Amino acid sequence: MLRSVVGGAALIALLIFSLGTALVVGLQGRGLGVLNSADWSAIKFTLWQASLSASLSIAMAIPVARALARQSFPGRQALITLLGAPFILPVIVGVLGLLAVFGRAGWISAALDWAGFAKLSVYGAPGVILAHVFFNLPLVTRLLLQAWMAIPAERFRVAESLSAAPWAYFRLIEGPMLRSTVPGAFLLVFLLCLTSFVVALAVGGGPRGTTIELAIYQAFRLDFDLGKAASLALVQFLICGTVSLLAFLVPLPQTNGLGLDRVLQRLDGWRHRLWDGFWISIAAAFLVLPLGAVLFRGLRHLLELPPQILAASVTSLTIAIISTALCLAMALSLSLAFARRGALARSLAEATGILGLASSPLVVGTGLFVLIFPYAQPMAFALPITASVNAMMALPFALRVLMPAVQETYGDYLHLRMSLGMGRWIWAKRILGPRLRRPIGFSAGLAAALSMGDLGVIALFADPDLQTLPLMLYRLMGAYRMDQAAATAVVLVVQSLFLFWMFDRGGRRHAAFG
Amino acid sequence: MKVTSLFAGLFLASAAVAETPVLTVYTYDSFVSDWGPGPAVESAFEAKCGCDLQMIGAGDGAALLSRLRLEGSRTEADIVLGLDTNLTAAAAETDLFSPISLSANYAVPGGWSDTYFAPFDWGYFAFVHNTDLTAPTNFRALAASDLKIVIQDPRSSTPGLGLLLWIKTAYGDEAADIWADLSDNIVTVTAGWSEAYGMFLEGEADLVLSYTTSPAYHLIAEEDSSKTFALFDEGHYMQIEVAGKLATTDQNALADQFLKFMVSDDFQSIIPTTNWMFPAVTPKNGLPDGFPQALSAEQSLILSPEQAAAQRSAALDEWQSALSQ
Repeated sequence: MLRSVVGGAALIALLIFSLGTALVVGLQGRGLGVLNSADWSAIKFTLWQASLSASLSIAMAIPVARALARQSFPGRQALITLLGAPFILPVIVGVLGLLAVFGRAGWISAALDWAGFAKLSVYGAPGVILAHVFFNLPLVTRLLLQAWMAIPAERFRVAESLSAAPWAYFRLIEGPMLRSTVPGAFLLVFLLCLTSFVVALAVGGGPRGTTIELAIYQAFRLDFDLGKAASLALVQFLICGTVSLLAFLVPLPQTNGLGLDRVLQRLDGWRHRLWDGFWISIAAAFLVLPLGAVLFRGLRHLLELPPQILAASVTSLTIAIISTALCLAMALSLSLAFARRGALARSLAEATGILGLASSPLVVGTGLFVLIFPYAQPMAFALPITASVNAMMALPFALRVLMPAVQETYGDYLHLRMSLGMGRWIWAKRILGPRLRRPIGFSAGLAAALSMGDLGVIALFADPDLQTLPLMLYRLMGAYRMDQAAATAVVLVVQSLFLFWMFDRGGRRHAAFG
Repeated sequence: MKVTSLFAGLFLASAAVAETPVLTVYTYDSFVSDWGPGPAVESAFEAKCGCDLQMIGAGDGAALLSRLRLEGSRTEADIVLGLDTNLTAAAAETDLFSPISLSANYAVPGGWSDTYFAPFDWGYFAFVHNTDLTAPTNFRALAASDLKIVIQDPRSSTPGLGLLLWIKTAYGDEAADIWADLSDNIVTVTAGWSEAYGMFLEGEADLVLSYTTSPAYHLIAEEDSSKTFALFDEGHYMQIEVAGKLATTDQNALADQFLKFMVSDDFQSIIPTTNWMFPAVTPKNGLPDGFPQALSAEQSLILSPEQAAAQRSAALDEWQSALSQ
């Protein structure tokens, strides 16, 4: 009973936060008539770049995932682990790294310039798409790799013994798997790119690379046109909502990445090895070089860190910990309340997850600003607002991890509890606790790392003397103090990874049956 | 616990400062940077006011106004320093500013009179480049060239807004065409002046929108004569930077004292070699050697605050739609 009340309360809080703020925004909006041609361009650009980013990420992820699925080489496991890193990497750090490699002052431009060619120009659409592929290629690769590894190895052996041609492999074994995985992966990446903000802010290069999310920010912070911000937010909500409805029809692939250590042994020729080697090297270089560039530069200039780093770290850590606690509280109460209700629970988890993915942080932020403004200075609530929005953004991922674990525990042990007449506390302490420890640790780590790296709502609400680490990093980049920005990136990455590691570790250490 | 003592330390520190009155000045980022006028202005004013002058950088000039609108009457600012005459009409309309009475022997071209704002420096917008570049002599030539430029966003930056009105004033109805032709020359549009100038110095563009006085910084402060500005035959749009007092200030007398200090020799003599602009009141010792001359009246373009406010919205739409194609 209590469980249902708490779970229901969590659900209502979530609905108020996502749909409620969207409603406020919708009432505040002055319709689509206030949108000028530049706003429509931003809407078109958002849809175009999201389609292209998703297509490119998938087109590249297919050969990379296939190469990883059928080759075994030293460092393979490390590379697969590394593929998980961009997901918890602060976006602004990734952007800084991409600029170090692909920017006009970057390595590739330097080489091109030396060889007498024109330098690269990443600002605008190329930069936005490049960054989106950087963040989503690893995600899609992991999703596809899971699907590949789920194909029973026997099928490949049978195909081999029948001397199947490569085309037959694809048509009979890999094609059907891709047909069932790719649409979901496409929609997931498409959704993530629709709500992209930091990338467009940093490398959009002005009106030609403005996403809806960035246009909301600009209408809000630069024009102080709340009505227009709300109209844009409404458009954003409608687009995300439509895509989410589509996603409801096409199940999104699961995003947890445990396991993946079986290598498919296949007797492919040297041509395949060469081809696979090519894709693995490309993917590895694309991932490692930008990060390496930032971390290397940052480590060399670590002593030049500005003194504000301490306050910014405290702010970021405080927000991360509060938002992790909020996120876990919501995910746990939702899971416990609905885990035993079978199909309903599953679709509820799915719906909540999609709601979280579809809500744009800036829409929620705009809604909250509109709600608070008549009564108080919204800037004063920057910290709690950021923490709650971050918690909501991490909720879909935490639910994905927690809900199945709760369901499994109830499925396996509920009859035992019944037959033994086990009390509530014994059940929680002896059965539920140990089994949930590990997924709790993992989702806490995820929520903390995502919050550490967030630069969305805080950009709307921040005043000059309040900054989180990502905001400080962005401001240093703005002042073109790239050495200090890189050093800040090191601090940020270390703190994010540390939080992730600490929570995840804490979950594993005492997990009796982990 | 270390964290507790840290918080205790912060609390005690702020409690100690609270005894002296605090004057809060919102300004643009480069004004308060280590190499800008901020540090010298702060120590000069604090030496005579018995107060704590807190200058807060809130983005570039135009972002200052948006920030005030966001904060409304709950703002903590007593003074805003760094708007320009292209924004003063819009700023006055917010009813957030208080009338001031201040007189000085202004050296601002065209003289000065305004109810709410007082000037602290002025200059001419110009594209700055390295001397080894053969620079274009007007916007059409620039647009036709392959040269790469960095400009600022007119919604957040006063130079960005200045460029918008510069082209509008020089080309009128053809301004949209100029922007359409310029769009392939633009590497990126930055939020503020500091970012754009930093990118130019790192070699990310051939020219950057700045001021005719910017090369003097390299010449005087760095003894580097490799930078100059492109003289455009359309003339150069002028900027007059101003400060105003918030109506909601709780430090009325201190704010008046600051504005008086702003037009005094102590403040004005700091400006040329820190903000690299023409001072609003010529300092006793004149301008430093190597500082450029003012342009002639024919070469100077400027709209009145009312004209600028009337043009802004349409010019902004033109700019946005030309660059978003």
